[in-house]
Amino acid sequence: MILQLKRTIKYGLKTITRDGEIFLTSVFTLFLAISIISFLFIFKQTSEFLISSLKEKADVSIYFKEDASEDEILKLKEEISKNSEFKVDYISKGEALSEFEKRHKKNPILMEALKEIGENPFLASLSIKAKDPGKYEELLSFLKEKEEIIEKIDYSERKPLIEKIFSLSSNLEKGGILISLILVLVSVFVVFNTTRLSINNFKEEILIQRLVGASNWFIRGPFLIEGIFAGILSALLSLLAVFLSCYFLSPKLSVLFEGLNLFEIFSSNLTHLILIQFFAGILLGTIPSLIAIRRFLKI
Amino acid sequence: MIKFQNVTKIFETKNKEKVFALKNVSFEIERGEFVLIVGKSGAGKSTLLKLIFAEEKPTEGKIFFEGKDITKMKSGEISKLRREIGIVFQDYKLLPTKTAFENLTYVMEVIGFSDEEIKRDVPKVLEIVGLTEKAKSFPNELSAGEKQRLSIARALIHRPKVILADEPTGNLDPYNTLDILKIFQKIHEMGTTIVLATHNKEVVEILRKRVITLEKGEIVRDAEKGKFVI
Repeated sequence: MILQLKRTIKYGLKTITRDGEIFLTSVFTLFLAISIISFLFIFKQTSEFLISSLKEKADVSIYFKEDASEDEILKLKEEISKNSEFKVDYISKGEALSEFEKRHKKNPILMEALKEIGENPFLASLSIKAKDPGKYEELLSFLKEKEEIIEKIDYSERKPLIEKIFSLSSNLEKGGILISLILVLVSVFVVFNTTRLSINNFKEEILIQRLVGASNWFIRGPFLIEGIFAGILSALLSLLAVFLSCYFLSPKLSVLFEGLNLFEIFSSNLTHLILIQFFAGILLGTIPSLIAIRRFLKI
Repeated sequence: MIKFQNVTKIFETKNKEKVFALKNVSFEIERGEFVLIVGKSGAGKSTLLKLIFAEEKPTEGKIFFEGKDITKMKSGEISKLRREIGIVFQDYKLLPTKTAFENLTYVMEVIGFSDEEIKRDVPKVLEIVGLTEKAKSFPNELSAGEKQRLSIARALIHRPKVILADEPTGNLDPYNTLDILKIFQKIHEMGTTIVLATHNKEVVEILRKRVITLEKGEIVRDAEKGKFVI
């Protein structure tokens, strides 16, 4: 058994060195397929980040009357937070003022106007983000009972924007899944066909091996070894390609999308990425070979 | 050792016409015999040999190898059967990507011989067939005679119980033919059963062994020390 395994590995390695061109072609095809899968994975993580940061922007603010006490506001915050659908932040009058000052300190006219008023003109507010935009209507009907402390809710002004953001994110997700599926299928199809063509070159050899009494596993073995090596090598090359792309694209993309750090996404998902690449590499390196050889083992 | 029982093999042409390659063939070959299968091209010689090593399955009838019915064997059993048989193909069927040395090594490795046995036997057999100098050559670098000798070397390297040879002198000049026949005689003297298919009159007359004559798929003569009569 060990002797046969040793011989299988020996023949696998010999095939690689003797038929270098075929091996390189299969590494190249696998490299393309694994890279497509890897980039789709990175793209998915990036789009998830973009979608969630887009959703962050879709929020509803409740402004409270001057005479509403902090206790009443915090009590309301607690009541809304009980529903896990909502994320609620409390912004006090003081916080609203300092946020305004921070944002507009370079604008002397606004700062002057603020000084003219003399007191803090801002209202305390709750900023509410829902996981599902449909939930805002539910929230509004609940807030109707609390009208005595509420000055204003900005939902109706923001409604179109919120709906647009949510429909855009869901379209992005759906489109992403569809494109990924098509690309993965195309790349797997290309790998299967390239393997079938290269195994055809060994048709005669496989037939002879069968005729001199080689068992099916003794014939498949070297192809499996070759496939595993090709899979590992192409996974490594693809890892390098993804690393370099993320490294060099990261600064450029962070200019386009605020807060997006592509390299950070790459490094925090590295373990998953490596697992996906090696798993895909080894599977795509071996299974198409096994299927292609099957036709010739019937003799 | 080998027994054919009412074996018929029918091939279907592209036009769905049925062609009889063998028609109701029965015979028996004992251990240690040297049997010549003769007949014109298309008489069914090659099909008969292919049925013995299960490259083809009979349409009807049974074939036994050492008491076991070949027609009922599964893939794994067929591999084992082939390891007990050495085959010399008309078109050599050498492994094109392996050197002469490796072609022989491969068969021994398939069967599970140890590395020591391989190192000991391969050079010896290459010497018997006169190919020591060509050990590192690939099949496409060998002449027809050399390919045929390598093919014989491969058939006998694992000391099989029987050697099947399909027109082993078909592509050779008279000098090479004589050389090859001498090798077969030597192997036979060592106790191996040999079944040799040929349409060459000279081969039959030089060997003077049992001759089974086929005509249009049927056995028309089975004679001890037979002559070439077609």
